[in-house]
Amino acid sequence: MSTPTPPRRAAKRVLPGFKLTLGYTLFYLSVIVLIPLSALISKTFTLSWLQFVAAVSSPRVLASYQLTFGASLIAATVNAVFGLLVAWVLVRYRFPGKKLIDALVDLPFALPTAVAGISLTALLASNGWIGSLLEPHGVQLAFNRNGVVIALIFIGLPFVVRTVQPVLEDAEKELEEAATCLGATRWQTFRHVIFPTIAPALLTGFAMAFARAIGEYGSVIFIAGNMPMVSEITPLIIIGKLEQYDYAGATAVAVVLLVISFALLLVINALQAWQRRRNGAMT
Amino acid sequence: MSTPLSQAAPAASLHDVAATPAPKPARRAARQAAITEPAWVRWTLLGVALAFIFLFLVLPLAAVFTEALRKGAGAALEALQEPDAWSAIRLTLITAAIAVPLNLVFGIAAAWAIAKYEFRGKAFLTTLVDLPFSVSPVVAGLIYVLMFGAQGWIGPWLQAHDIKIVFAIPGIVLATIFVTFPFIARELIPLMQAQGTDEEQAAIVLGASGWQTFWHVTLPNIKWGLVYGVILCNARAMGEFGAVSVVSGHIRGQTNTVPLHVEILYNEYQSVAAFAVASLLALLALVTLVIKQVVEWRFEREQKAAAELPPERPV
Repeated sequence: MSTPTPPRRAAKRVLPGFKLTLGYTLFYLSVIVLIPLSALISKTFTLSWLQFVAAVSSPRVLASYQLTFGASLIAATVNAVFGLLVAWVLVRYRFPGKKLIDALVDLPFALPTAVAGISLTALLASNGWIGSLLEPHGVQLAFNRNGVVIALIFIGLPFVVRTVQPVLEDAEKELEEAATCLGATRWQTFRHVIFPTIAPALLTGFAMAFARAIGEYGSVIFIAGNMPMVSEITPLIIIGKLEQYDYAGATAVAVVLLVISFALLLVINALQAWQRRRNGAMT
Repeated sequence: MSTPLSQAAPAASLHDVAATPAPKPARRAARQAAITEPAWVRWTLLGVALAFIFLFLVLPLAAVFTEALRKGAGAALEALQEPDAWSAIRLTLITAAIAVPLNLVFGIAAAWAIAKYEFRGKAFLTTLVDLPFSVSPVVAGLIYVLMFGAQGWIGPWLQAHDIKIVFAIPGIVLATIFVTFPFIARELIPLMQAQGTDEEQAAIVLGASGWQTFWHVTLPNIKWGLVYGVILCNARAMGEFGAVSVVSGHIRGQTNTVPLHVEILYNEYQSVAAFAVASLLALLALVTLVIKQVVEWRFEREQKAAAELPPERPV
Protein backbone atom coordinates (compact mmCIF):
# COMPACT_ATOMS: atom_id res chain seq x y z
CA MET A 1 0.00 0.00 0.00
CA SER A 2 1.92 2.92 1.28
CA THR A 3 5.18 3.35 3.07
CA PRO A 4 4.95 5.38 6.25
CA THR A 5 7.64 7.76 7.33
CA PRO A 6 10.59 6.08 9.09
CA PRO A 7 10.21 7.54 12.61
CA ARG A 8 6.62 6.36 12.76
CA ARG A 9 7.66 2.89 11.77
CA ALA A 10 10.22 2.70 14.53
CA ALA A 11 7.64 3.71 17.10
CA LYS A 12 4.68 1.64 15.96
CA ARG A 13 5.99 -1.49 14.33
CA VAL A 14 7.09 -3.39 17.39
CA LEU A 15 4.30 -5.88 16.81
CA PRO A 16 4.88 -8.45 14.10
CA GLY A 17 2.40 -9.37 11.40
CA PHE A 18 1.71 -6.03 9.74
CA LYS A 19 2.65 -7.17 6.23
CA LEU A 20 0.92 -10.51 6.64
CA THR A 21 -2.38 -9.16 7.95
CA LEU A 22 -2.56 -6.09 5.72
CA GLY A 23 -1.57 -8.18 2.71
CA TYR A 24 -4.22 -10.78 3.44
CA THR A 25 -6.81 -8.08 4.10
CA LEU A 26 -6.13 -6.45 0.73
CA PHE A 27 -6.06 -9.79 -1.06
CA TYR A 28 -9.37 -10.98 0.40
CA LEU A 29 -10.99 -7.58 -0.09
CA SER A 30 -9.92 -7.57 -3.74
CA VAL A 31 -11.08 -11.10 -4.49
CA ILE A 32 -14.45 -10.85 -2.77
CA VAL A 33 -15.39 -7.21 -3.19
CA LEU A 34 -13.25 -5.06 -5.44
CA ILE A 35 -12.72 -7.28 -8.49
CA PRO A 36 -16.38 -8.38 -8.71
CA LEU A 37 -17.49 -4.76 -8.30
CA SER A 38 -15.16 -3.71 -11.09
CA ALA A 39 -16.78 -6.40 -13.25
CA LEU A 40 -20.00 -4.49 -12.76
CA ILE A 41 -18.40 -1.18 -13.70
CA SER A 42 -16.66 -2.60 -16.76
CA LYS A 43 -19.87 -4.24 -17.93
CA THR A 44 -21.48 -0.80 -17.82
CA PHE A 45 -18.90 0.50 -20.27
CA THR A 46 -20.08 -1.99 -22.87
CA LEU A 47 -23.15 0.25 -23.10
CA SER A 48 -23.08 3.53 -24.97
CA TRP A 49 -24.14 6.59 -22.99
CA LEU A 50 -27.48 6.69 -24.77
CA GLN A 51 -28.13 3.01 -24.12
CA PHE A 52 -27.26 3.52 -20.48
CA VAL A 53 -29.61 6.48 -20.14
CA ALA A 54 -32.37 4.57 -21.92
CA ALA A 55 -31.91 1.58 -19.61
CA VAL A 56 -31.98 3.57 -16.39
CA SER A 57 -34.76 5.98 -17.33
CA SER A 58 -37.48 3.91 -18.96
CA PRO A 59 -40.89 4.71 -17.43
CA ARG A 60 -41.08 1.42 -15.57
CA VAL A 61 -37.62 1.95 -14.03
CA LEU A 62 -38.44 5.54 -13.12
CA ALA A 63 -41.63 4.37 -11.40
CA SER A 64 -39.54 1.90 -9.42
CA TYR A 65 -37.13 4.64 -8.24
CA GLN A 66 -40.08 6.70 -7.14
CA LEU A 67 -41.47 3.80 -5.14
CA THR A 68 -38.13 2.70 -3.69
CA PHE A 69 -37.12 6.20 -2.63
CA GLY A 70 -40.55 7.29 -1.47
CA ALA A 71 -41.21 4.14 0.55
CA SER A 72 -37.67 4.15 2.00
CA LEU A 73 -38.03 7.79 3.01
CA ILE A 74 -41.38 7.19 4.70
CA ALA A 75 -40.12 4.03 6.41
CA ALA A 76 -36.93 5.71 7.63
CA THR A 77 -38.96 8.66 8.95
CA VAL A 78 -41.34 6.37 10.82
CA ASN A 79 -38.31 4.55 12.20
CA ALA A 80 -36.71 7.82 13.29
CA VAL A 81 -39.80 8.84 15.25
CA PHE A 82 -40.63 5.49 16.79
CA GLY A 83 -36.99 4.44 17.12
CA LEU A 84 -36.31 7.56 19.18
CA LEU A 85 -39.36 6.78 21.27
CA VAL A 86 -38.33 3.16 21.85
CA ALA A 87 -34.76 4.20 22.70
CA TRP A 88 -36.08 6.80 25.13
CA VAL A 89 -38.40 4.35 26.84
CA LEU A 90 -35.65 1.71 27.08
CA VAL A 91 -33.10 4.11 28.55
CA ARG A 92 -35.22 6.30 30.79
CA TYR A 93 -38.10 4.20 32.10
CA ARG A 94 -38.25 1.04 34.13
CA PHE A 95 -40.94 -1.48 33.36
CA PRO A 96 -41.34 -5.26 33.50
CA GLY A 97 -40.05 -7.09 30.46
CA LYS A 98 -37.67 -4.28 29.55
CA LYS A 99 -34.68 -6.55 28.98
CA LEU A 100 -36.77 -8.83 26.80
CA ILE A 101 -37.91 -5.94 24.64
CA ASP A 102 -34.40 -4.56 24.45
CA ALA A 103 -33.21 -7.91 23.09
CA LEU A 104 -36.18 -8.21 20.75
CA VAL A 105 -35.35 -4.91 19.02
CA ASP A 106 -32.58 -6.70 17.11
CA LEU A 107 -34.99 -9.26 15.69
CA PRO A 108 -35.03 -7.68 12.20
CA PHE A 109 -31.22 -8.11 12.06
CA ALA A 110 -31.46 -11.77 13.00
CA LEU A 111 -34.63 -12.85 11.20
CA PRO A 112 -34.03 -13.74 7.54
CA THR A 113 -35.75 -11.23 5.26
CA ALA A 114 -37.72 -13.89 3.41
CA VAL A 115 -39.24 -15.04 6.69
CA ALA A 116 -40.12 -11.45 7.61
CA GLY A 117 -41.68 -11.03 4.18
CA ILE A 118 -44.00 -14.02 4.30
CA SER A 119 -44.88 -13.40 7.92
CA LEU A 120 -45.85 -9.75 7.37
CA THR A 121 -47.83 -10.82 4.32
CA ALA A 122 -49.69 -13.44 6.36
CA LEU A 123 -50.53 -10.79 8.97
CA LEU A 124 -51.72 -8.15 6.55
CA ALA A 125 -53.45 -10.26 3.89
CA SER A 126 -57.23 -10.06 3.99
CA ASN A 127 -57.45 -13.28 6.01
CA GLY A 128 -54.61 -12.37 8.38
CA TRP A 129 -54.79 -11.16 11.99
CA ILE A 130 -54.43 -7.50 11.08
CA GLY A 131 -55.70 -7.58 7.52
CA SER A 132 -59.02 -9.11 8.53
CA LEU A 133 -59.57 -6.28 11.03
CA LEU A 134 -58.83 -3.58 8.50
CA GLU A 135 -60.50 -4.97 5.42
CA PRO A 136 -64.09 -4.09 6.50
CA HIS A 137 -62.90 -0.47 6.74
CA GLY A 138 -61.55 -0.53 3.21
CA VAL A 139 -57.90 -0.41 4.27
CA GLN A 140 -55.57 -2.72 2.38
CA LEU A 141 -52.00 -3.03 3.57
CA ALA A 142 -50.72 -6.05 1.64
CA PHE A 143 -49.98 -6.39 -2.08
CA ASN A 144 -49.64 -2.67 -2.71
CA ARG A 145 -47.36 0.25 -1.84
CA ASN A 146 -48.46 0.21 1.81
CA GLY A 147 -46.99 -3.26 2.09
CA VAL A 148 -43.63 -2.03 0.79
CA VAL A 149 -43.51 0.69 3.44
CA ILE A 150 -44.44 -1.73 6.22
CA ALA A 151 -41.77 -4.26 5.22
CA LEU A 152 -39.18 -1.47 5.09
CA ILE A 153 -40.22 -0.21 8.54
CA PHE A 154 -39.66 -3.73 9.87
CA ILE A 155 -36.18 -4.21 8.42
CA GLY A 156 -35.01 -0.71 9.41
CA LEU A 157 -36.43 -0.75 12.93
CA PRO A 158 -33.26 -1.47 14.92
CA PHE A 159 -31.03 1.17 13.34
CA VAL A 160 -32.36 4.31 15.03
CA VAL A 161 -32.90 2.56 18.35
CA ARG A 162 -29.35 1.22 18.41
CA THR A 163 -27.67 4.45 17.35
CA VAL A 164 -29.66 6.70 19.72
CA GLN A 165 -29.72 4.37 22.73
CA PRO A 166 -26.01 4.57 23.67
CA VAL A 167 -25.96 8.35 23.25
CA LEU A 168 -28.98 8.74 25.51
CA GLU A 169 -27.32 6.47 28.06
CA ASP A 170 -24.18 8.58 28.05
CA ALA A 171 -26.03 11.91 28.06
CA GLU A 172 -25.13 13.96 31.10
CA LYS A 173 -28.13 14.22 33.34
CA GLU A 174 -26.55 17.22 35.08
CA LEU A 175 -27.38 19.31 32.05
CA GLU A 176 -31.04 18.38 32.31
CA GLU A 177 -31.03 19.10 36.03
CA ALA A 178 -29.49 22.47 35.36
CA ALA A 179 -32.14 23.24 32.74
CA THR A 180 -34.88 22.25 35.19
CA CYS A 181 -33.34 24.38 37.94
CA LEU A 182 -33.21 27.32 35.56
CA GLY A 183 -36.94 27.00 35.06
CA ALA A 184 -37.17 25.14 31.77
CA THR A 185 -40.23 22.99 31.24
CA ARG A 186 -39.61 19.35 30.50
CA TRP A 187 -40.40 19.92 26.80
CA GLN A 188 -38.03 22.87 26.61
CA THR A 189 -35.33 20.74 28.20
CA PHE A 190 -35.93 18.01 25.67
CA ARG A 191 -36.05 20.43 22.75
CA HIS A 192 -32.99 22.49 23.66
CA VAL A 193 -30.79 20.21 25.80
CA ILE A 194 -31.47 16.57 25.02
CA PHE A 195 -32.37 16.75 21.35
CA PRO A 196 -29.20 18.54 20.18
CA THR A 197 -27.14 15.84 21.91
CA ILE A 198 -28.87 12.96 20.17
CA ALA A 199 -29.49 14.68 16.82
CA PRO A 200 -26.33 13.34 15.10
CA ALA A 201 -27.08 9.79 16.26
CA LEU A 202 -30.70 10.13 15.20
CA LEU A 203 -29.67 11.31 11.73
CA THR A 204 -27.10 8.51 11.45
CA GLY A 205 -29.75 5.96 12.33
CA PHE A 206 -32.15 7.53 9.86
CA ALA A 207 -29.55 7.42 7.08
CA MET A 208 -28.70 3.79 7.86
CA ALA A 209 -32.34 2.74 7.84
CA PHE A 210 -32.83 4.63 4.58
CA ALA A 211 -29.76 3.08 2.95
CA ARG A 212 -30.79 -0.39 4.03
CA ALA A 213 -34.33 0.16 2.75
CA ILE A 214 -33.15 1.27 -0.70
CA GLY A 215 -31.40 -2.03 -1.34
CA GLU A 216 -33.87 -4.30 0.42
CA TYR A 217 -35.31 -7.15 -1.59
CA GLY A 218 -36.25 -10.26 0.37
CA SER A 219 -38.90 -8.92 2.69
CA VAL A 220 -40.51 -6.58 0.16
CA ILE A 221 -41.18 -8.87 -2.78
CA PHE A 222 -43.59 -11.08 -0.87
CA ILE A 223 -45.77 -8.27 0.34
CA ALA A 224 -45.55 -5.75 -2.49
CA GLY A 225 -47.68 -7.49 -5.09
CA ASN A 226 -44.95 -6.45 -7.56
CA MET A 227 -47.20 -4.76 -10.10
CA PRO A 228 -45.14 -2.99 -12.79
CA MET A 229 -45.38 0.81 -12.54
CA VAL A 230 -47.19 0.51 -9.19
CA SER A 231 -45.48 -1.63 -6.60
CA GLU A 232 -42.28 -2.85 -8.23
CA ILE A 233 -39.10 -1.91 -6.34
CA THR A 234 -35.80 -1.16 -8.09
CA PRO A 235 -33.95 -4.32 -6.96
CA LEU A 236 -36.80 -6.34 -8.45
CA ILE A 237 -36.30 -4.51 -11.77
CA ILE A 238 -32.72 -5.83 -11.77
CA ILE A 239 -33.95 -9.38 -11.13
CA GLY A 240 -36.57 -9.00 -13.88
CA LYS A 241 -33.98 -7.86 -16.39
CA LEU A 242 -31.67 -10.73 -15.42
CA GLU A 243 -34.44 -13.25 -15.93
CA GLN A 244 -34.86 -11.90 -19.47
CA TYR A 245 -31.08 -12.22 -19.98
CA ASP A 246 -30.83 -8.43 -20.30
CA TYR A 247 -27.50 -8.36 -18.46
CA ALA A 248 -26.55 -4.90 -19.71
CA GLY A 249 -29.86 -3.39 -18.60
CA ALA A 250 -29.63 -5.09 -15.20
CA THR A 251 -26.09 -3.78 -14.82
CA ALA A 252 -27.09 -0.22 -15.68
CA VAL A 253 -29.81 -0.14 -13.03
CA ALA A 254 -27.46 -1.84 -10.56
CA VAL A 255 -24.89 0.90 -11.13
CA VAL A 256 -27.50 3.51 -10.26
CA LEU A 257 -28.25 1.68 -7.00
CA LEU A 258 -24.55 1.22 -6.31
CA VAL A 259 -23.77 4.92 -6.77
CA ILE A 260 -26.59 5.80 -4.39
CA SER A 261 -25.24 3.29 -1.85
CA PHE A 262 -21.76 4.85 -2.09
CA ALA A 263 -23.18 8.32 -1.62
CA LEU A 264 -25.18 7.22 1.42
CA LEU A 265 -22.14 5.45 2.86
CA LEU A 266 -20.18 8.69 2.62
CA VAL A 267 -23.05 10.63 4.21
CA ILE A 268 -23.19 8.10 7.07
CA ASN A 269 -19.43 8.31 7.58
CA ALA A 270 -19.66 12.10 7.74
CA LEU A 271 -22.55 11.91 10.20
CA GLN A 272 -20.58 9.54 12.42
CA ALA A 273 -17.58 11.83 12.36
CA TRP A 274 -19.88 14.70 13.37
CA GLN A 275 -21.28 12.58 16.19
CA ARG A 276 -17.81 11.68 17.45
CA ARG A 277 -16.77 15.33 17.38
CA ARG A 278 -19.85 16.43 19.23
CA ASN A 279 -19.62 13.71 21.87
CA GLY A 280 -15.88 14.19 22.15
CA ALA A 281 -16.31 17.91 22.69
CA MET A 282 -18.70 17.35 25.55
CA THR A 283 -16.82 14.82 27.61
CA MET B 1 -18.97 4.01 18.75
CA SER B 2 -18.57 3.71 15.05
CA THR B 3 -21.45 1.84 13.54
CA PRO B 4 -21.34 0.06 10.22
CA LEU B 5 -24.24 0.22 7.92
CA SER B 6 -26.21 -2.89 8.32
CA GLN B 7 -25.64 -4.87 11.46
CA ALA B 8 -24.15 -1.80 12.87
CA ALA B 9 -25.98 -1.32 15.94
CA PRO B 10 -25.24 -4.46 17.84
CA ALA B 11 -21.63 -3.62 17.20
CA ALA B 12 -22.06 -0.34 18.95
CA SER B 13 -23.96 -1.72 21.87
CA LEU B 14 -21.25 -4.11 22.89
CA HIS B 15 -18.83 -1.26 23.37
CA ASP B 16 -21.26 1.11 24.86
CA VAL B 17 -22.35 -1.32 27.50
CA ALA B 18 -18.90 -0.91 28.91
CA ALA B 19 -18.95 2.84 28.56
CA THR B 20 -22.15 3.40 30.52
CA PRO B 21 -21.46 4.11 34.16
CA ALA B 22 -23.95 2.63 36.58
CA PRO B 23 -25.63 5.40 38.60
CA LYS B 24 -25.57 4.99 42.35
CA PRO B 25 -29.03 4.02 43.68
CA ALA B 26 -29.32 6.74 46.29
CA ARG B 27 -28.51 9.57 43.91
CA ARG B 28 -30.65 8.06 41.27
CA ALA B 29 -33.95 8.56 43.09
CA ALA B 30 -33.29 12.21 43.79
CA ARG B 31 -32.19 12.90 40.24
CA GLN B 32 -34.98 11.01 38.66
CA ALA B 33 -37.57 13.29 40.26
CA ALA B 34 -35.95 16.40 38.84
CA ILE B 35 -35.55 15.16 35.30
CA THR B 36 -38.48 13.02 34.40
CA GLU B 37 -41.81 13.63 32.75
CA PRO B 38 -45.26 13.78 34.35
CA ALA B 39 -46.76 10.35 34.90
CA TRP B 40 -49.34 10.62 32.11
CA VAL B 41 -46.61 11.48 29.60
CA ARG B 42 -44.52 8.56 30.77
CA TRP B 43 -47.42 6.14 30.46
CA THR B 44 -48.37 7.45 27.02
CA LEU B 45 -44.82 7.21 25.65
CA LEU B 46 -44.40 3.75 27.12
CA GLY B 47 -47.76 2.65 25.74
CA VAL B 48 -47.05 3.90 22.23
CA ALA B 49 -43.55 2.40 22.21
CA LEU B 50 -44.81 -0.97 23.40
CA ALA B 51 -47.66 -0.94 20.89
CA PHE B 52 -45.14 -0.26 18.10
CA ILE B 53 -42.91 -3.11 19.28
CA PHE B 54 -45.90 -5.41 19.58
CA LEU B 55 -47.21 -4.64 16.08
CA PHE B 56 -43.89 -4.71 14.27
CA LEU B 57 -41.87 -7.32 16.17
CA VAL B 58 -44.02 -9.57 18.34
CA LEU B 59 -46.87 -10.16 15.89
CA PRO B 60 -44.68 -11.05 12.87
CA LEU B 61 -42.66 -13.45 15.01
CA ALA B 62 -45.78 -15.05 16.47
CA ALA B 63 -47.34 -15.29 13.01
CA VAL B 64 -44.48 -17.48 11.73
CA PHE B 65 -45.10 -20.17 14.34
CA THR B 66 -48.90 -19.87 14.25
CA GLU B 67 -49.03 -20.26 10.49
CA ALA B 68 -46.68 -23.25 10.69
CA LEU B 69 -48.93 -24.97 13.21
CA ARG B 70 -52.19 -24.05 11.51
CA LYS B 71 -52.83 -27.67 10.53
CA GLY B 72 -51.21 -29.16 13.60
CA ALA B 73 -47.67 -30.10 14.48
CA GLY B 74 -47.83 -33.20 12.29
CA ALA B 75 -48.24 -31.25 9.07
CA ALA B 76 -45.42 -28.92 10.02
CA LEU B 77 -43.08 -31.79 10.82
CA GLU B 78 -43.98 -33.48 7.57
CA ALA B 79 -42.78 -30.44 5.64
CA LEU B 80 -39.46 -30.62 7.44
CA GLN B 81 -38.97 -34.24 6.49
CA GLU B 82 -39.20 -33.64 2.75
CA PRO B 83 -35.95 -34.55 0.97
CA ASP B 84 -35.91 -31.08 -0.66
CA ALA B 85 -36.09 -29.47 2.76
CA TRP B 86 -33.22 -31.61 3.95
CA SER B 87 -31.03 -30.81 0.98
CA ALA B 88 -31.79 -27.11 1.51
CA ILE B 89 -30.81 -27.38 5.16
CA ARG B 90 -27.63 -29.23 4.21
CA LEU B 91 -26.68 -26.58 1.65
CA THR B 92 -27.34 -23.76 4.10
CA LEU B 93 -25.16 -25.46 6.73
CA ILE B 94 -22.36 -26.05 4.19
CA THR B 95 -22.54 -22.44 3.02
CA ALA B 96 -22.35 -21.05 6.54
CA ALA B 97 -19.59 -23.51 7.44
CA ILE B 98 -17.44 -22.08 4.62
CA ALA B 99 -18.44 -18.41 4.71
CA VAL B 100 -18.23 -17.80 8.45
CA PRO B 101 -14.70 -19.19 9.04
CA LEU B 102 -13.35 -17.36 5.98
CA ASN B 103 -14.83 -14.09 7.18
CA LEU B 104 -13.54 -14.86 10.66
CA VAL B 105 -9.96 -15.19 9.44
CA PHE B 106 -10.37 -12.05 7.37
CA GLY B 107 -11.95 -10.20 10.28
CA ILE B 108 -9.06 -11.00 12.59
CA ALA B 109 -6.44 -10.10 9.97
CA ALA B 110 -8.17 -6.84 9.03
CA ALA B 111 -8.70 -5.84 12.65
CA TRP B 112 -5.06 -6.60 13.50
CA ALA B 113 -3.78 -4.51 10.59
CA ILE B 114 -6.21 -1.63 11.12
CA ALA B 115 -6.29 -1.48 14.92
CA LYS B 116 -2.66 -2.18 15.78
CA TYR B 117 -0.81 -0.06 13.21
CA GLU B 118 -0.86 3.39 11.69
CA PHE B 119 -0.62 3.62 7.93
CA ARG B 120 -1.76 5.90 5.17
CA GLY B 121 -5.13 5.09 3.65
CA LYS B 122 -6.37 3.41 6.83
CA ALA B 123 -9.65 5.33 6.95
CA PHE B 124 -10.27 4.50 3.30
CA LEU B 125 -9.54 0.82 3.89
CA THR B 126 -11.98 0.79 6.82
CA THR B 127 -14.66 2.29 4.57
CA LEU B 128 -13.99 -0.37 1.93
CA VAL B 129 -14.38 -3.10 4.55
CA ASP B 130 -17.81 -1.64 5.34
CA LEU B 131 -18.80 -1.39 1.72
CA PRO B 132 -20.65 -4.72 1.33
CA PHE B 133 -23.14 -3.60 4.00
CA SER B 134 -24.31 -0.76 1.82
CA VAL B 135 -24.58 -2.73 -1.40
CA SER B 136 -28.03 -4.10 -2.18
CA PRO B 137 -28.06 -7.91 -1.89
CA VAL B 138 -29.40 -8.10 -5.43
CA VAL B 139 -26.42 -6.13 -6.72
CA ALA B 140 -24.15 -8.39 -4.65
CA GLY B 141 -25.51 -11.42 -6.47
CA LEU B 142 -25.35 -9.69 -9.83
CA ILE B 143 -21.63 -8.91 -9.62
CA TYR B 144 -20.81 -12.62 -9.36
CA VAL B 145 -23.10 -13.43 -12.27
CA LEU B 146 -21.26 -10.80 -14.30
CA MET B 147 -17.91 -12.29 -13.36
CA PHE B 148 -18.56 -16.00 -13.56
CA GLY B 149 -21.73 -16.24 -15.67
CA ALA B 150 -21.75 -17.52 -19.25
CA GLN B 151 -21.29 -14.01 -20.64
CA GLY B 152 -19.11 -12.86 -17.77
CA TRP B 153 -15.43 -12.04 -17.48
CA ILE B 154 -14.11 -15.54 -16.97
CA GLY B 155 -17.33 -17.37 -17.79
CA PRO B 156 -16.13 -18.77 -21.15
CA TRP B 157 -12.91 -20.07 -19.61
CA LEU B 158 -14.86 -21.70 -16.79
CA GLN B 159 -17.23 -23.28 -19.27
CA ALA B 160 -14.36 -24.66 -21.32
CA HIS B 161 -13.00 -26.32 -18.20
CA ASP B 162 -16.44 -27.44 -17.06
CA ILE B 163 -16.31 -25.49 -13.81
CA LYS B 164 -19.63 -24.21 -12.54
CA ILE B 165 -19.63 -21.28 -10.17
CA VAL B 166 -22.78 -19.34 -10.83
CA PHE B 167 -26.05 -21.28 -10.55
CA ALA B 168 -24.08 -23.74 -8.44
CA ILE B 169 -22.83 -24.04 -4.88
CA PRO B 170 -19.62 -21.96 -5.24
CA GLY B 171 -21.69 -18.97 -6.37
CA ILE B 172 -23.98 -19.30 -3.37
CA VAL B 173 -21.00 -19.45 -1.06
CA LEU B 174 -19.35 -16.42 -2.71
CA ALA B 175 -22.52 -14.32 -2.55
CA THR B 176 -22.94 -15.28 1.10
CA ILE B 177 -19.34 -14.35 1.87
CA PHE B 178 -19.94 -10.97 0.23
CA VAL B 179 -23.03 -10.04 2.21
CA THR B 180 -21.52 -11.19 5.52
CA PHE B 181 -18.06 -9.80 4.71
CA PRO B 182 -17.81 -6.95 7.27
CA PHE B 183 -19.56 -8.51 10.28
CA ILE B 184 -16.60 -9.85 12.23
CA ALA B 185 -14.10 -7.18 11.13
CA ARG B 186 -16.55 -4.43 12.12
CA GLU B 187 -16.93 -5.98 15.54
CA LEU B 188 -13.21 -6.44 16.20
CA ILE B 189 -11.76 -3.19 14.83
CA PRO B 190 -13.23 -0.81 17.45
CA LEU B 191 -12.67 -3.37 20.21
CA MET B 192 -8.99 -3.85 19.35
CA GLN B 193 -8.51 -0.12 18.83
CA ALA B 194 -9.90 0.56 22.29
CA GLN B 195 -7.52 -1.97 23.80
CA GLY B 196 -4.44 -0.45 22.21
CA THR B 197 -1.15 -2.27 21.81
CA ASP B 198 0.41 -2.04 25.28
CA GLU B 199 -0.28 -5.61 26.31
CA GLU B 200 0.95 -7.05 23.02
CA GLN B 201 4.09 -4.94 23.10
CA ALA B 202 4.80 -6.12 26.63
CA ALA B 203 4.43 -9.73 25.51
CA ILE B 204 6.80 -9.19 22.58
CA VAL B 205 9.36 -7.44 24.76
CA LEU B 206 9.19 -10.38 27.19
CA GLY B 207 10.11 -12.67 24.33
CA ALA B 208 6.81 -14.08 23.09
CA SER B 209 6.48 -14.83 19.39
CA GLY B 210 3.85 -13.14 17.27
CA TRP B 211 1.56 -16.17 17.37
CA GLN B 212 2.00 -16.63 21.11
CA THR B 213 1.17 -12.98 21.63
CA PHE B 214 -1.96 -13.27 19.53
CA TRP B 215 -3.04 -16.53 21.08
CA HIS B 216 -2.42 -15.72 24.74
CA VAL B 217 -2.81 -11.94 24.90
CA THR B 218 -5.01 -10.65 22.10
CA LEU B 219 -7.46 -13.51 21.72
CA PRO B 220 -8.61 -13.59 25.37
CA ASN B 221 -9.19 -9.83 25.14
CA ILE B 222 -11.35 -10.02 22.06
CA LYS B 223 -13.16 -13.30 22.66
CA TRP B 224 -16.58 -11.79 23.36
CA GLY B 225 -16.40 -9.50 20.37
CA LEU B 226 -15.39 -12.50 18.31
CA VAL B 227 -18.33 -14.64 19.47
CA TYR B 228 -20.64 -11.70 18.91
CA GLY B 229 -19.44 -11.13 15.36
CA VAL B 230 -19.52 -14.84 14.54
CA ILE B 231 -23.12 -15.40 15.63
CA LEU B 232 -24.39 -12.33 13.76
CA CYS B 233 -22.38 -13.33 10.70
CA ASN B 234 -23.79 -16.84 10.94
CA ALA B 235 -27.37 -15.64 11.26
CA ARG B 236 -27.05 -13.52 8.15
CA ALA B 237 -25.17 -16.26 6.26
CA MET B 238 -27.92 -18.79 6.93
CA GLY B 239 -30.72 -16.33 6.25
CA GLU B 240 -29.47 -14.45 3.20
CA PHE B 241 -32.06 -14.37 0.48
CA GLY B 242 -31.57 -11.67 -2.18
CA ALA B 243 -27.95 -12.24 -3.16
CA VAL B 244 -28.25 -16.02 -3.05
CA SER B 245 -31.47 -15.88 -5.03
CA VAL B 246 -29.67 -14.14 -7.91
CA VAL B 247 -26.79 -16.63 -8.12
CA SER B 248 -28.55 -19.85 -7.23
CA GLY B 249 -30.61 -20.65 -10.29
CA HIS B 250 -33.21 -22.17 -7.94
CA ILE B 251 -32.50 -25.78 -8.78
CA ARG B 252 -34.52 -27.87 -6.36
CA GLY B 253 -32.57 -30.31 -4.28
CA GLN B 254 -29.30 -28.86 -5.58
CA THR B 255 -28.93 -25.11 -5.27
CA ASN B 256 -31.70 -24.33 -2.83
CA THR B 257 -30.86 -22.86 0.52
CA VAL B 258 -33.41 -22.78 3.33
CA PRO B 259 -34.64 -19.22 2.61
CA LEU B 260 -35.00 -20.05 -1.10
CA HIS B 261 -36.87 -23.21 -0.20
CA VAL B 262 -39.27 -21.10 1.86
CA GLU B 263 -39.88 -18.90 -1.16
CA ILE B 264 -40.57 -21.85 -3.46
CA LEU B 265 -43.01 -23.45 -1.04
CA TYR B 266 -44.73 -20.13 -0.47
CA ASN B 267 -45.10 -19.43 -4.18
CA GLU B 268 -46.59 -22.90 -4.61
CA TYR B 269 -49.23 -21.99 -2.01
CA GLN B 270 -47.90 -24.61 0.38
CA SER B 271 -48.34 -22.16 3.21
CA VAL B 272 -47.99 -24.55 6.13
CA ALA B 273 -44.84 -26.10 4.69
CA ALA B 274 -43.36 -22.67 3.92
CA PHE B 275 -43.98 -21.44 7.45
CA ALA B 276 -42.76 -24.70 8.96
CA VAL B 277 -39.41 -24.28 7.22
CA ALA B 278 -39.48 -20.55 8.01
CA SER B 279 -39.97 -21.32 11.69
CA LEU B 280 -36.61 -23.12 11.63
CA LEU B 281 -35.05 -19.83 10.54
CA ALA B 282 -37.09 -17.93 13.11
CA LEU B 283 -35.79 -20.29 15.81
CA LEU B 284 -32.27 -19.64 14.57
CA ALA B 285 -32.95 -15.91 14.91
CA LEU B 286 -34.20 -16.36 18.47
CA VAL B 287 -31.18 -18.47 19.43
CA THR B 288 -28.96 -15.78 17.90
CA LEU B 289 -30.64 -13.08 19.97
CA VAL B 290 -30.29 -15.14 23.15
CA ILE B 291 -26.57 -15.81 22.58
CA LYS B 292 -26.05 -12.15 21.71
CA GLN B 293 -27.70 -11.09 24.95
CA VAL B 294 -25.68 -13.53 27.02
CA VAL B 295 -22.47 -12.30 25.40
CA GLU B 296 -23.40 -8.70 26.16
CA TRP B 297 -24.05 -9.51 29.81
CA ARG B 298 -20.81 -11.43 30.22
CA PHE B 299 -18.85 -8.68 28.50
CA GLU B 300 -20.48 -6.09 30.73
CA ARG B 301 -19.69 -8.14 33.83
CA GLU B 302 -16.06 -8.61 32.86
CA GLN B 303 -15.69 -4.91 32.15
CA LYS B 304 -17.18 -4.07 35.53
CA ALA B 305 -14.90 -6.57 37.28
CA ALA B 306 -11.91 -5.09 35.46
CA ALA B 307 -12.96 -1.56 36.41
CA GLU B 308 -13.08 -2.50 40.09
CA LEU B 309 -9.49 -3.79 40.11
CA PRO B 310 -6.99 -1.36 41.60
CA PRO B 311 -4.93 0.41 38.93
CA GLU B 312 -1.75 -1.51 38.12
CA ARG B 313 0.29 1.43 37.01
CA PRO B 314 0.16 5.18 37.24
CA VAL B 315 -1.59 6.70 34.25
